[in-house]
Amino acid sequence: MSNETSLKDALAYDKTFDCVQCGYCLPACPTYETMEKETHSPRGRINLIKMAAEGKASLDDLKEPIEKCLGCMACTTVCPTDVQYGDLLEAAKETLEKHETKTKTQQKTEGFLFGSFFPSSSWMNALGQATWLYQASGMQKAARALRLTSMAPLHLGEFEQVVPAQPSPKERKARSRRVKPDGTPAAKVAFFTGCVMDSVFFETNQNTVELLRLSGAEVILPENQTCCGALHAHAGKTDMAKEQAAANIQVFEEEDVDYIVNNAGGCGAKLIEYDRMFEEGTDWQERALAFTEKVKDISEVLVELDGLAFSKDVPKTITYQPSCHMTNVQRVTRPPRELMESIPGLTLKDMDNPGFCCGSAGIYNIVNYNDAMDILDVKMADVKKTSPEAIVTTNPGCLLQMKLGVQREGQGESVEAVHLVDLLMEAGPRSRN
Amino acid sequence: MQKWLEELLDVLPEKQIMTEAADRFSYSFDASFGEHLPEAVVQVKTTEETVHVMKTANAYGVPVTPRGQSTSLSGGPLPVKGGIVLDMVQWPEKIEVTPDDLIAVVSPSVLTADINKTVEPYGLMYPPDPSSAHVCTIGGNLAENSGGPRGLKYGVTKDYVIGLEVVTPEGEVMKTGGRTIKNVTGFDLTKLIIGSEGTLGVITEAVVKLVPKPPAVQTLMAVFDDVETAGQAISQTLTSGILPSKMEFVDQACLQAVEQYKPIGLPVEAAAVLIIELDGHPEAISIETKEVERIMQELGATDSQIPDTPEEAAEIWQARKLVSPAIATIKPTKVAEDATVPRSQIGPMMGRLRTIKEKYDVDLVVFGHAGDGNLHPDVMCDTRDQEEMERVERAVAEIFEAAIDLGGTLSGEHGIGTMKSAFMEQELGATGVDMMKRIKEAWDPNNILNPGKIFPEQGQTRLVLRDE
Ligand SMILES: Cc1cc2nc3c(=O)[nH]c(=O)nc-3n(C[C@H](O)[C@H](O)[C@H](O)COP(=O)(O)OP(=O)(O)OC[C@H]3O[C@@H](n4cnc5c(N)ncnc54)[C@H](O)[C@@H]3O)c2cc1C
Ligand code: SF4
Ligand code: SF4
Repeated sequence: MSNETSLKDALAYDKTFDCVQCGYCLPACPTYETMEKETHSPRGRINLIKMAAEGKASLDDLKEPIEKCLGCMACTTVCPTDVQYGDLLEAAKETLEKHETKTKTQQKTEGFLFGSFFPSSSWMNALGQATWLYQASGMQKAARALRLTSMAPLHLGEFEQVVPAQPSPKERKARSRRVKPDGTPAAKVAFFTGCVMDSVFFETNQNTVELLRLSGAEVILPENQTCCGALHAHAGKTDMAKEQAAANIQVFEEEDVDYIVNNAGGCGAKLIEYDRMFEEGTDWQERALAFTEKVKDISEVLVELDGLAFSKDVPKTITYQPSCHMTNVQRVTRPPRELMESIPGLTLKDMDNPGFCCGSAGIYNIVNYNDAMDILDVKMADVKKTSPEAIVTTNPGCLLQMKLGVQREGQGESVEAVHLVDLLMEAGPRSRN
Repeated sequence: MQKWLEELLDVLPEKQIMTEAADRFSYSFDASFGEHLPEAVVQVKTTEETVHVMKTANAYGVPVTPRGQSTSLSGGPLPVKGGIVLDMVQWPEKIEVTPDDLIAVVSPSVLTADINKTVEPYGLMYPPDPSSAHVCTIGGNLAENSGGPRGLKYGVTKDYVIGLEVVTPEGEVMKTGGRTIKNVTGFDLTKLIIGSEGTLGVITEAVVKLVPKPPAVQTLMAVFDDVETAGQAISQTLTSGILPSKMEFVDQACLQAVEQYKPIGLPVEAAAVLIIELDGHPEAISIETKEVERIMQELGATDSQIPDTPEEAAEIWQARKLVSPAIATIKPTKVAEDATVPRSQIGPMMGRLRTIKEKYDVDLVVFGHAGDGNLHPDVMCDTRDQEEMERVERAVAEIFEAAIDLGGTLSGEHGIGTMKSAFMEQELGATGVDMMKRIKEAWDPNNILNPGKIFPEQGQTRLVLRDE
């Protein structure tokens, strides 16, 4: 009996009752489209969670449908009854993770990836530097020296091909951790650098700081910040995610800032939900709440500060691939568009179904490579119809995935994938004042 | 492996036949009540595959239940006798428009709203507009004879279907009707199939009729401080020479729920509001708008709003759309009814509903397509509360009785399925039900197709919403 109750609790059973099985989420779900069965739909997954909690289905039945969920949250945006699918998904992942028997190598790999790799800025810098070394010197074995590819039988090789040019370690070291605008600061912001962004897209991070500075903000980059915890939470490692959250809250409390800015849709979505990771009424929850209230995407802050003027035309046709987590969790949709509209000479052509996930979804494209590529193919078909010169996005995962998509379509020469921030830099931003 | 499964594999690709527990669970429910595990889920993509499934099922006596997107509110796609769930959704989507004939030929998996999207550029419209149109399939609509707000002026699904391709329960292919508006050759089997809830045949293609898209629309909202007056206003409008395209009714409980869910400045003090849409030539509707406003005022509407822009109009319709999610916040389980009465009886029906609500102490809210007498009395409850569910069962039974007493029907658009079969005889009489049963037996001698639906099972005399 108590076993049953605890399984019900673990699977957030009560929340499954919010689902009235209306099916409104079906057309929004990418995996229902590509995997062609209700088992891989939001309604199907919620029902399976319910069945498993009631002991009718086994946890084994639940495993594949949950693993194949992108966590893109497109289902929550269209759900009329506001089902807390994110909570249900995390609860299911955590439960599965706890019941899972893994091979030794799997445990080791995961232990390294989640315990040391993502949270550690030195590892992440090392990844960035290794990529740099690899690119700058042609030293083919640099990546392998880190044993990235042998850590897991993952298609990292393909991803490596699309990683952008890296700055030298010297440039990384030389970065200032406190940047002041020319006049009196209009705001004081702390920048959450993100692990993948800061290693693989270091340049974009530097540009982010510059845009904030030009907009009149004083920018601080707290040194001891760590991974946002999203990847851990997505993998069912809730306790680890909570530790990272606590660490970040502590670090950012030390600075008295107006905003905590990030430029990665996925990280932002996690940061903005820190308060939900701690128990109601606790001191930690209060601290988390103070933190989340300040969390903003870079596009929101740039629009709010309204301090930029552009000096150069960008005569390009682009299409915009919004980050799912930014749209469906942070619910930030207007600001990126406003920024793009303010770029002189730019033509934005919307693709069909921009809200359809690109298949990147954290590390989904690494662990479920084939499924992710099916989804990417659907996305690229819609992209192609707009014949863009560039695909603009707001999240490192999506950015890599779009680069991969372009490459797979053999369009690497004619179409580029860029982060919104880098696009803004192309337009010669100046301080308005 | 079962013999019939092996035989299915002779013709169908392996990927289209699923027997794993996770898949069977995922095809065991719809948007109403209950869950029933099928033995297999079979996806068909062509008429030939469908024929093979039906022939095999007949040979081995395996029940087959067709399923669209399973948004049914009456239990239609539940495999209550096990067997095969026949998933129609993966059938390739086809919408072939012939603008000069004002028709479109569609495949069963097409989402209803996509038909309109496709024909709009030709200046045409497919009028039936169930609120689930962006999710449900045309196949499901045909089987349930679905309708929506536009039913008032334009009618429902059956009024727009002129031809079908059907695979019979025994696995033969049959064409009914054709591509012409007029057709009196033989029995009207098209109409017999429409609304048969997947018990008489599997629909594999349909020819639907289109109408010219009205050039303009105008919305109007009238506010009332008692429900009966709102009822009168409906009848008065409809006898004044004006036929609005939509006339929707929202009661106070719904207004308050919406306002709480998403404050948009609705008149929460009002007993009810009517939301009306006129369509047609711009000059005609400008005259009609004034006329309708005058009728509303003369009858004692406390206020009326005529939005100037499409955006403002959209906001009013948004309020109507939000009713469904908003009332779900009252309690998690919704028993969505669609009892329908002759239009003159809307006032009296509202009175009966109020009495039922008090008698059984249930959270009953009312909204719906009042212009055609199709109300949606929804009872909000919680399936986990057995005692409450028992009261709900009795309240719903009494709603059915009230509708029939007033000359109305059990179901305006959601269908009978498993939910209302116990009440069929009350409305149709023993002979009526018997004649229907005879048709079913003649069409489906082995009782293969969607068994356990529409007709009450032995001993099934009332609505049951609990696990007993
Ligand atoms: C939120 C919500 C709002 C709704 N609003 C409305 C509304 O405004 N008006 C309205 O009328 N209904 C409404 N419905 C009910 C439902 O959407 C309709 O009954 C719809 O027609 C069902 O379509 P489906 O594709 O989901 O079919 P399903 O629910 O899968 O099946 C319905 C029935 O059709 C049969 N069937 C399906 N496909 C075929 C086929 N190809 N051949 C033979 N039989 C088949 C099934 O066996 C079943 O009996 C609503 C439902 C929900 C959840
Ligand atoms: S839209 Fe929401 S309520 Fe409807 S089936 Fe999906 S999750 Fe459930
Ligand atoms: S999160 Fe995305 S992939 Fe997962 S069920 Fe929802 S819509 Fe589908």
